[in-house]
Amino acid sequence: MFFQMTTTLEKAETKLAVDLKEIASDVVRRAMKGGATAAECVVREGDEFSTVVRLGQVETLKESGSRAIGVRVFFGQRAANTYSSDFSAAGIERMLKSALELARITSEDPFAGIPDAGKLGSLSGDLHLYYEDVYSLPGTERIEYARRAEKAALDADPRIKNSEGGSFDAATGRKVLANSHGFVGEYQRSYCSVAAVPIAQDENGLMQRDYWYSVARSMGKLESAEQVGKEAARRTLRRLGARKVKTAHVPVVLDPMVATSMLGHIFEGVNGDSVYRGASFLAGKLGEKIAGLNVTIVDDGTIPGGFGTSPFDSEGIPTRRTVVIQNGVLKSYLLNTYTAKKLGLETTANASRGLAGTPGIGPGNYFLEPGPKTPKQIIADIKDGLYITEFLGHGANLVTGDYSRGASGMWIVNGELAYPVEEITVAGNLKDMFNNISEIGNDLEFRGSTASPTIRIDGLTVGGE
Amino acid sequence: MVTANQERFFFDHYGLTNHDLEKYLGAALSAGGDYADLYFEYLTSTSLMVDESLVKSASQGISAGCGVRVVSGERTGYAYTDDLSPQRILHAARTAALIASAPAKSTVAGFQQKPARSLYPVTLPSVDADITAKVDLLMRADKTTRAYDPRIVEVRTNYSDELRNILVVGSDGTFAEDSQPLARMNVSCIAKTETTSGRGSSGGGGRVALDFFFGEKTPEFFAKEAARQAILQLDAREAPAGDMEVVLGPGWPGVLLHEAVGHGLEADFNRKKTSAFAGLIGKRVASEGCTVIDNGTMPWRRGSLNVDDEGHPTQETVLIEKGILKGYLSDKLSSKLMGLADTGNGRRESYEHIPMPRMTNTYMLAGQDDPGDIIRSVKNGVYAVNFGGGQVDITNGKFVFSASEAYLIENGQITAPIKGATLIGNGPDVLTRVSMVGNDLKLDEGVGTCGKDGQAVPVGVGIPTIKIDRMTVGGTATKREPGGFMQ
Repeated sequence: MFFQMTTTLEKAETKLAVDLKEIASDVVRRAMKGGATAAECVVREGDEFSTVVRLGQVETLKESGSRAIGVRVFFGQRAANTYSSDFSAAGIERMLKSALELARITSEDPFAGIPDAGKLGSLSGDLHLYYEDVYSLPGTERIEYARRAEKAALDADPRIKNSEGGSFDAATGRKVLANSHGFVGEYQRSYCSVAAVPIAQDENGLMQRDYWYSVARSMGKLESAEQVGKEAARRTLRRLGARKVKTAHVPVVLDPMVATSMLGHIFEGVNGDSVYRGASFLAGKLGEKIAGLNVTIVDDGTIPGGFGTSPFDSEGIPTRRTVVIQNGVLKSYLLNTYTAKKLGLETTANASRGLAGTPGIGPGNYFLEPGPKTPKQIIADIKDGLYITEFLGHGANLVTGDYSRGASGMWIVNGELAYPVEEITVAGNLKDMFNNISEIGNDLEFRGSTASPTIRIDGLTVGGE
Repeated sequence: MVTANQERFFFDHYGLTNHDLEKYLGAALSAGGDYADLYFEYLTSTSLMVDESLVKSASQGISAGCGVRVVSGERTGYAYTDDLSPQRILHAARTAALIASAPAKSTVAGFQQKPARSLYPVTLPSVDADITAKVDLLMRADKTTRAYDPRIVEVRTNYSDELRNILVVGSDGTFAEDSQPLARMNVSCIAKTETTSGRGSSGGGGRVALDFFFGEKTPEFFAKEAARQAILQLDAREAPAGDMEVVLGPGWPGVLLHEAVGHGLEADFNRKKTSAFAGLIGKRVASEGCTVIDNGTMPWRRGSLNVDDEGHPTQETVLIEKGILKGYLSDKLSSKLMGLADTGNGRRESYEHIPMPRMTNTYMLAGQDDPGDIIRSVKNGVYAVNFGGGQVDITNGKFVFSASEAYLIENGQITAPIKGATLIGNGPDVLTRVSMVGNDLKLDEGVGTCGKDGQAVPVGVGIPTIKIDRMTVGGTATKREPGGFMQ
């Protein structure tokens, strides 16, 4: 579909009567006994439920749980990592043995290692990340939720004749981390979501598809299925009759979903891994003005109930709030322990890892601070311009900042959204684009760990006929 | 019944018997259901990364599980377990069974294994090969990239391989086992001067053993290619913006076919009539010179499979023949519901996923034109030879793919390199504007991964040099003026 619930999860009835913290601590102990100078173990388990209802009929029902374990071992400055889905004694023994062997072939890296003991810890208090109610609905009502979302879209207008369905998803997951400094942490998170993907057809038989969704940590915070279906219908219908436009230099307004993807380029640009390699257009720019005075970007892993919230990062460091850009000045990169050491800085607790490989860098709740105007006011100021509701493709070069993507949306004429447009491109350079954010909307809303209000950018090239 | 002399991986490692499989399928059909299948998977993988000439990351892992699917009409129930004990598999089977609500059905007695191809007969799977040999490949690539030019300032090389053992059994008697190797290496680098920078990336592999990288496609080959691209970018000019003639070079630019037509011809979208290609079988969707094939049977290729993830043998399928739309890519569910033949394109990312129609290796057959003549025929246009990825909206047919290495063509000559630019078009008609097809069909090096509905699978693409009379190029330079591009 269009958004992904990529948690690994687990079902109550599949839980074995074992303490995952104990398993993780034991793996660390055994790694140390095997000669490692430091070790870290991560365990993830979870369960998922998903259903798609299409044209009123159940299309898929999926329900399952899984878990996996991974270990990272260090021999001095050499590191290696192994993982397994096999929790049997033999499976874990094999995983450990191969990690200890694998570490022989890696290089001495003076910057490698787990965090210092003094930095480890976990936020205290309830972060409101886990609500059992995501599984409170009986199976039939979950299906009903999906069905209602689709029905609201199908009923909205006779031009909506087809659909890729309505869906309802629920998931819970648990993550455990232990390391050889004695850190042992655990947290649980839950998600639920409802979505609708209607297809509208115009009098010439041409089709358009769009979608809408709501996602929450608790059923109580999920938007109604009807609201989601109606909004999906509105977004789809306005695309009917889309045309191409002539190549032009015009002001461009990005709706919040599209602006969020643009904000992601700043995230990649301040990602410590890209920075130390010189692979980012923002490398070496700390303390410099890289965006307009109106631009303040924050990463905050501590917001209660947030989609990017956790009590500690993937290395066991308490999450925190980091101002990345303040009034246009680059204040901080986003770092894990390794990249912080490489750059001679302190980690920002943004370590993020799956089971394989070394920790990477991921966002907490990462957002552009809202401005004063409503989206309507921003559009009203534009005589001739483009309102983008969808990007297609991934044409950003973070090394050079060159940017070119496919787009669709609405053409703005005299301050109003006049007609839909498609099969066009938008191009510029990221270095200029963030200096040319001339307006920021007041409509910040989190639908994931990254969020942006509506923004207006000047100076882009719109490519068309 | 299953004949002797097979690998019998799951029978040997997990003590599975035919009786167990029948019991699991019986549980899956305990609430009715038209069809049920089990997908057993045991995946071992290795990944290595060299950065700053250091082996910074080495990782190995094992993932095993079983997915149970029950189909009832158009409905699919699915459950999986990563614990291959009989009680967990039975539990998954009973969970998946709930999609149906009818008296229990019985499964066929006994399984039939069809004679299978052997498209990737490696003697020593790379996952079991000496890991220091893999490290050596990366170190060689690192060294060659750095030595290429002093302006190369950063190099990162990656190697990954896997061996996927699968067993698929179905209530219709399907029984298929396969052992699927996959290996790949990649080089990425950055070149810098005082004022400009560029990046390059190159890699390759396939369903091959480690010796592949000691043949024609050595670490040095990929290293030089990545370095060449990065250096070239240092002098790149602004790309033009707007509609113009576009020439695609041979090989990886075949990603055009993958996005513009491939996804739109996957049978699930056409069964649901959500694809811009729905109802166009027998109609002209490309110019006379275009014949497009999906072929899962090419030895050693990244997109190939002996059997698909539903246990059905893969095949060569003609999608477009001389411009006329001929067929779709189907899996078991689509072929049954649409009354089509199963083309063996049912694929899934892992045991956690429901299979669906996917591409394998998708390419256009060679034509008659000399590639040089194609370039010479263009007055003002773009010659694009390397791409990042692409994306398509299958409902309105709009697709993009992003050129990472491209040049201006001015008066029939390739002139300056240009910066990366996205090309955008409309799937059902872009191939109708193909006016020349080169005689130089080339397949990609083996790096493609396709994503659909959150599932990633390895694929291949290929294309000869082609000329598209009009496509929108997403650059920043102002629309061309007579005599060249304005900066």
